[in-house]
Parts: sequence; C-alpha cells; structure tokens
Amino acid sequence: MNRYLLKNGRLLDPSQSLDARGDLRLRDGRIAERGDALTPEPGETVIDCTECWVAPGLVDIHVHLREPGQSHKETLQTGGAAAVAGGFTSVCCMPNTEPPLDSPTLVREIYARAERESPCRVYVVAALTQGMRGETPCDYHALKQAGAVACSDDAFPVQSAEVMRRAMLGCAAYGLPVVTHCEDKSLSEGASMHAGAVSARLGLKGAPASAETVQIARNALLAHETGCHLHVQHLSTALGVALVRFFKGLGVRLTTEVAPHHLLLTDEACAAFDTDAKMNPPLRTEADCDALTQGVLEGVIDCIATDHAPHAPFEKAQPFPSAPFGILGLETALGCILHWNRQLPQPLAPLQIVNLMSTAPARLMGLPAGTLQRGAPADVVVIDPNRRWMVDAARMRSRSRNTPFNGWELVGKARETFVGGALVHRDDSA
Amino acid sequence: MPHIVTAAELPVAELLIRAEQWRTRLQANPAPPVQPRAALIALLFYEPSTRTRAAFEQACVLLGCHPLVITAEASSIVKGESLQDTVRTLCAQGVRGIVIRHPQAGAPVAAVQVADAPILNAGDGAHEHPTQALLDLYTLWRRYGMPDPTTRWLAGRKVAIVGDIRHSRVARSNLTLLTQAGAEVWLCAPPTLLPDAPLPHATHTHDTDAAIRDADVVMALRLQTERMAQGLLPSLNAYRRDYQINAERLRLAKPDCVVMHPGPIQRGVEIDDAVADGAQSLILEQVRNGVSVRVAALEYALGEW
Repeated sequence: MNRYLLKNGRLLDPSQSLDARGDLRLRDGRIAERGDALTPEPGETVIDCTECWVAPGLVDIHVHLREPGQSHKETLQTGGAAAVAGGFTSVCCMPNTEPPLDSPTLVREIYARAERESPCRVYVVAALTQGMRGETPCDYHALKQAGAVACSDDAFPVQSAEVMRRAMLGCAAYGLPVVTHCEDKSLSEGASMHAGAVSARLGLKGAPASAETVQIARNALLAHETGCHLHVQHLSTALGVALVRFFKGLGVRLTTEVAPHHLLLTDEACAAFDTDAKMNPPLRTEADCDALTQGVLEGVIDCIATDHAPHAPFEKAQPFPSAPFGILGLETALGCILHWNRQLPQPLAPLQIVNLMSTAPARLMGLPAGTLQRGAPADVVVIDPNRRWMVDAARMRSRSRNTPFNGWELVGKARETFVGGALVHRDDSA
Repeated sequence: MPHIVTAAELPVAELLIRAEQWRTRLQANPAPPVQPRAALIALLFYEPSTRTRAAFEQACVLLGCHPLVITAEASSIVKGESLQDTVRTLCAQGVRGIVIRHPQAGAPVAAVQVADAPILNAGDGAHEHPTQALLDLYTLWRRYGMPDPTTRWLAGRKVAIVGDIRHSRVARSNLTLLTQAGAEVWLCAPPTLLPDAPLPHATHTHDTDAAIRDADVVMALRLQTERMAQGLLPSLNAYRRDYQINAERLRLAKPDCVVMHPGPIQRGVEIDDAVADGAQSLILEQVRNGVSVRVAALEYALGEW
C-alpha cells in the first residue's frame, strides 16, 4: 500500500535547487526516483498533482506538544495530526512540559511515544537548565545521546548571563544548538502585551521591545565568546533584526526564526482584549512587521517557525492579563505565509517559500528532512497553492482552539502529506 | 444589549440630562417613593470600593431593584470559580444587570462574552471607569451652567489631570469624555508613571506647573503608596514636592479653577488640606453626583429609556 507515484506536480526541492515539473515515486518509505514521465507500476497508487507543488514535508522547529503533563491542551497525537494537516512532517517539541524535558529518560520517552502516537516525526529540544530554573546546566552529553536535537529553556529564559555562558560551553562541546526565547524578565515582569500605543490605551502592562533586544545582544555576545550555535526563537522586533544582522556579520554562529503571526499581525489585534492575540513575544507594531519581512527577504532570518502553543478554551477565557500566552500555528502557517508572500511587492518564488518552511529549518537543526533527494525518507507534502479555504477554529485537529486567524480566508493548503512514505493526511474538506 | 465597558460607548448628552432630572427629583425628596419590582442587579466587586459601590446600591434601590452585592472574599470566587462562570451563574439566577469592579483590565469584556444581562464596568484595572468619568463630566457640566450637552461645551477649557496616569482608569475614561466635549487635556505624571505611549488627543508632561498653568480644572489622582515599594518613585517627599496640588501651585491656574479628585483622597499626599477643603474644591460635589449619574446609567443599561 505504501507505494505512491505523484504525477505531474511542480517539484520543489531547495536542497537540489530543483523547480521543475515531473513525477516522484515513493517506495519502501523512501524517495525512490524522480522523472519526467514515470510509468505506474503494479500496486502503486497514482496521485495526480497537476497544478500542485510537490515539496519536502514542512519542518516546524518550534512547537509545544504539551506532553507530558498538559494533555488537556494538546497531545503527541493531536499535535501530530495538526502538524500533518498543515503539511508538516517533522516538528521539534519544546521542553516546557510537566515535568520539563530535562533528563535523558524523559527525552527517550517522548521519542518512544511519538513513534507510536504521532503521525508526524517529533524531535525533542531538551531543557537547557535543570527544571528550567535557570540555575544549573543539564547533562548535555546524556541528552545528546538520548536524541535531543538542541537545548532550550524557551519560555523561561535564563536570566543569569553566567549560567547562560556555562550552558553554551556545554552545548557547544556536544554539538547542540542553544535555542533561546530572548526576554529580560526584569523588563517584562507582569506584561501581557507589547508596550506601546495599544497597551497605553487599554491600561495593560506592556513589554518593551528592549525586553527582547537586550537578551538577543547578550546571548549573541556569549555565543561569540563560546563558539556555540545560538538559535534565536520567534524574532519580533525591528531592532532584533538589526542585531541579528550585525552579529551574523561578526561571524557569530547565529540563526533565527520568525513566526507567521509576527509577520502578519500588530498589537492592534489585542485592542478588544482578544486573548487569542496574546502570545510571548507579543504582537508589536507595523514597523516591526516591516523589518521582520525585510529580514526574511534579506536572509537575515533563516526560517519560519510557528511557536504552536495550544491552550484550552477555559484557560483563554480568562481576563486578558490572566490568560496564558500562546496561539496555535501548525494548521494555519502555510496559508498565512502564502498570504504574507502575496502582499509583497516582489513575492518570493515557491522554491524560497519551501526553503523557509522546510529545507532551511531542517538544516539548521540538523534534521534528516527538507529534501527530495533519492534515498531520503519519503516525507513529502503536496500543496495546492490555489486552494481557497476559511480558517475554522472549531474544525482544527489540534486539541485547542486558540487562533487569531479564525475566520480568515486563506489561499494555499496542504492536500496530501506523506511521512516515511505513508499517506498520513489527505485534505477532504473541499 | 447596551453594555457599558468604556466611556466611549456612553450616550453622554442623554445621560447628563437624565442625571440632572434625577438630581432634581432627589433634591425634592431624598427618599422618593419607588415601585418595587422583583428585579435583581448584581454588584460583583473583586476589589474594594466605597463610593462606587454605595452609589450603585442606591441607584438600584431608586429603580426598585434589589442590589445583590457579591464580593470576591465572600463568594465562590475564593473557591476558584472563573469570572465567566460567576457571570453565567448570576445570569442563570435571573439578574437583570451586572455591575463589575475588577482589578484586571479587560475583565468586563470577558464577562460580556457570556452574559445575557447588561454588564456595567465599575472599574477594570487601569483600563476604564466610565461612570466615574461621567459623574466628573456631569459635575463640570453643572458648574458651567448646563450648556447644550450635544455641543463641544468644554472648548477653550484646559483640564489638567495630575498623578499616576499610567495606572489610572479614571484618567483614561475622563480623557475620552473631556476631549469629546472639546476640552484641552493635559496629563501630568512622574516619568515612570506616564503611559507606555501618549494617549490620543492629550498633552503629556512631567511638569506640574506647566500642566496647571491657566487650567480651568485640575484633577488630582490618588497615589498608591505601593509605587514607592515598587521602586517607581524615589520617595513620598519627592512626589509631594513635584506633584502635590496645593494652594501655592493652584495660584498658577485660572482664578476660577476648580479642583476635583475621584477619591479616596490621601490628604497631604496628592492634595493638601487647604485645597481639598477649599472653595475651589468640587470633591464632595462629585460624590453627591455619583448617585444621580449611576441611576441614569443603570436605567440606560436596563433599556428603560
């Protein structure tokens, strides 16, 4: 059954600079061959991909799957289902679970369970410090051996520069990227949105842009000294883009990502106290959106990542200051990025979009993904770039409903998703 | 359903006239005969309050409704019931309206999402306090001889609001109503207590003398003493020196300038005795007007005019 021939699609593979019409054969879980006109073989399912893009499965290096401990928000199964529905075949899950993923046992458990329960491949980003308390570095050697692809304290950023420096030395030694949510908590204490015109009007405590930029600068300086690979998560500020540009210019091993919502929305989305527009870092200003877009176009920003952060409806139904930070991302990311791209004066080519959402993130995390090379795992997405659809939170695969894009009409959607040669998602919503 | 969450939603001109009718009625008879009816209005207070709560309770009684006062400490809220569930519960018990005071900005918005009775915001965090702004406006309107409330009747008047603007819901709601009526509004606070960004249509400063100079109205705001503990201000003395409304400073204002304060006042902090009790003070007048304004607002929310 696991034999497919994808006929007549637009094959897009940034790893081979390939953008050509053709056929792709998936067999025994791998990319078997590519050709201009492959002949169907017995037992093979032929899928007509005319008018569609055939690309390596999308890769999201920043998601929260909430297991263990918070399965009322999301599970490996529901998060994985949301991923493949959005065209993703590999995700990196963050360690801020209960308990945090700070030991090799927990990391191995996630791999074992994801193998059984998630339709999407799951890679683990382990904690950077024990208990994510920002005090004592983890056993990076053991975490690496257990399969962790990077380390991060994500939403609990290490406040002490010295602790961060030690963590970077350790991670550098074992080839683990240090993934950081850059936030100086002394500047953002109690904040629930961006500090600006909207927070002033609403009387909400805001986090200034400096809460992010101060830590980007600090972490980049420490990465410069330690030689560690620093990956800055969800860039949200114009000056953050400038800092990344500057430090990359210095030769720091620095990569960064941006989330679709930071490209598309501003703090005005919070103006009616909509808790589905509350996330951290917060939505900022038009000027920040423009600078982030510029950062993507220039290549200062390496990739797109969603920061998929499910929260149960009852949690988001609290008054704005009490509601938890975070929004869903997996099922809307592709449509949102294609929407963002169409607004550009000179839209990016499809190959560049696939690079931003698959090949580049896979490469920077060292994942065996993001390619259609012969022999590679058959993780493939068939995208219908003209498919018009309406975001409907009620119909999400995710266990949660917290999206600010509910009701948006988007164009472009994953039609089929294959993981390891198996068809794990087929869009039947048409 | 006419919820009142922000000052901008108020039908101001109509409310001023209604409030004046109530004032006249109450002056003739402070305990007018009322037609009692089996209607409950919930006063849901998550924060302490004296005058707002008392005024709303009186307003309920004057409309023949029973005020159902629920405070956070003495309710299921301490058992962890969410705001929305409390609102759903009250609505299921048949309340005709819910007045909410809450420490968090936007709480009434969360309430509106599940309420099938009108929600009246009686102060939410640093966001809004629409009926306070309405009573402040009403107090000024009477002071200026009740001009046509549909005009920009405060045009040419300078209003200085002095104090902790950043954390003040009173300042935000007042700004809306005062500028709507045409006033020039100055917001004066220590640099650390100004908002994250300038509020619309106002001049912002940390120079109290500049704010007060030639003002027609000076509103002092209560300074919460925890601002010192939070390290937002160097000392109470420094605050007094730079921001207190006292007789000496008031000489910079127009001779007929009036002084207001939403209360509770802290004598010797944001305002000195001489000014609080002086001839220019409208502070007790504001309190007196609280009831007429709340009856009018409640009538409007109940859809009774």
